[in-house]
Amino acid sequence: MNQRKVLVTIAKTHLLSKIRQTATAALGVTFGIGAYITLVSFMTGLNKMLDDMILNQTPHVHIYNEIQPSEKQPIALYSEFENAMNVVHSVKPKQNQNRIHDALPMISHLKGDPNVLSALPQVRAQVFYVAGSIEMGGVVTGVNIMEEVEYFNFRDYIVAGKPEDLKNTNNGILLGIGIAETMSLKVGDRVQVTSTNGTVFPLKIVGFFQSGLADIDNSRSYTTIKTAQKLVEGAANYITDVNLKLKDISLAPTIARSIEQQFNLRAVDINEANAQFETGTTIRNLITYAVSITLLIVAGFGIYNILNMLIYEKMNDIAILKATGFSGSDVQWIFIMQALIIGIVGGILGLLIGIGLAHLIDGIPFETEALPTVTTYPVNHNPWYYAIGITFAIVSTFFAGYLPSLRAKRVDPVKIIRGQ
Amino acid sequence: MNSVLEARHIDKYFRKPVEFHVLKDINLAVKRGEFATVMGKSGCGKSTLLYILSTMDTDYNGELWLKGELVTGLESDRLSHIRNKYLGFVFQFHYLLSEFTVLENVMLPAKKLAVKTAEEIREDAMQKLRILEIDHLAKKRANRISGGEKQRVAIARALINDPIILMGDEPTGNLDSQNAENVFQIFKKLSDEQGLSLLIVTHDLDFAKRTDRIISMGDGKILVS
Repeated sequence: MNQRKVLVTIAKTHLLSKIRQTATAALGVTFGIGAYITLVSFMTGLNKMLDDMILNQTPHVHIYNEIQPSEKQPIALYSEFENAMNVVHSVKPKQNQNRIHDALPMISHLKGDPNVLSALPQVRAQVFYVAGSIEMGGVVTGVNIMEEVEYFNFRDYIVAGKPEDLKNTNNGILLGIGIAETMSLKVGDRVQVTSTNGTVFPLKIVGFFQSGLADIDNSRSYTTIKTAQKLVEGAANYITDVNLKLKDISLAPTIARSIEQQFNLRAVDINEANAQFETGTTIRNLITYAVSITLLIVAGFGIYNILNMLIYEKMNDIAILKATGFSGSDVQWIFIMQALIIGIVGGILGLLIGIGLAHLIDGIPFETEALPTVTTYPVNHNPWYYAIGITFAIVSTFFAGYLPSLRAKRVDPVKIIRGQ
Repeated sequence: MNSVLEARHIDKYFRKPVEFHVLKDINLAVKRGEFATVMGKSGCGKSTLLYILSTMDTDYNGELWLKGELVTGLESDRLSHIRNKYLGFVFQFHYLLSEFTVLENVMLPAKKLAVKTAEEIREDAMQKLRILEIDHLAKKRANRISGGEKQRVAIARALINDPIILMGDEPTGNLDSQNAENVFQIFKKLSDEQGLSLLIVTHDLDFAKRTDRIISMGDGKILVS
């Protein structure tokens, strides 16, 4: 124990006697780690924001009844033409209902599945929004608003009014902001909605929502399931879509496939719907790590260079330490310790700079149409990145110090002393 | 078991640039409390012999015994420990660590040995400095004192772990006659008062004449011992 202390003292004295070189080397590490923390916090914050924008609104599995032509045309069932080649021209989709057959028992079955966090029914109704003589096409979706708020962060996208108002108002509607702007509507106004059957419903506007995707904001509105069922003249079991939120998102494709088989419905999983998002995230992470590693390698070479010079300068010291009984590994330790001290001091300073810059960026105003709840640049303050940063600093400086220290270990004191 | 250090049939070759037989069958023993000098012309191999005896050079044939134990063939860490505990060195150049104070320089080998507490080591170091009459320099940085003083600090450092033998490679070679005389008196005193064994390589005949024994070397062999 005492022996180690001598080595530390020598290492410290060497560093302090060359304080300017030491500071330069440590600053290299500081900038490397500082840049890593800042970049990774900002990049992952951005990634998370972009992912949330899509993932929060997108169900993990979306189940609906797809209108499609029958795969087997009736002629195939006719045994007389079994071995003939049949050509059917102008195939039309089969007459089918929009709603999911026996939706309510299916929903309660899905809710019982241990992998499913929640199954939310929706009623989709094609409508026209009427303003004077102008009719705008759109979709009114009947939802269980409080569940949407709980599982799909719906509250974040409501820019005027409260989700509770929709629940508590009879014939209320939550209008897309694009529609509201086009039609110059305010909260509390009434909007005329015409269903496909031609019935006109006056609905009371309880608020506006903004999803950030213009197509949706210009056409979609939300109402309660009951109101939507009235619009389509459907019974209480008229449900057109079911959205699933899973406990583990990676199970989405498997569960979607099994639902398709079991219920003979179309089930779209989130990977299918948003394949491009994974790619963007991966590439941004790649850039972050490439830049940080480059910075740290540069810092590492700085340390390597300075230690090499130091060892050259301290050849006599090394020789006498060895002559008076310090072993090769003792000498090696002295120089590795110097590298580690540079790494730890530089790394901790880097973390502080990283924390500072990350908070600075976090405070810069960032207003975007797409995300009404975001007011400043997104930054992810994950303590893991700080742990990775300091580990990285220590590991890279260790390697930078290892090669020069090996040289110091192998110094032959006889050669140095006789060479004088 | 009377000899502290004994070399038996030591042969050494330099392989570069051409093979050269430096030491030829050297047999040598230094007795306890003996003050011996090695003399000889430049290139006769006396320094080479000293570095073999110091355990730093391990590339030789033959056997080296230190207080009755065979040292030849031991691992380098073990040899480091032996140098630390039993051997003291003084070279032509002082080899002090310039960023450290005189006291710290003297304490270093004892701290490495780590047998005594820091306080005891400090006491010991001060005592050694007092013997060499340089205790007033204890707090000074090693690069701020004169050449003669530096050599005395180097001797104090060599003595800190109470070695059984002190080796010197021309320890007075760089000093003026007055400082050289000082160093000789110190060695003499250590030999007479403390019974320390000394083995000093030197060119200085005046120095050698006043020691217990002169070992003359020539052409890689011991001529007179």
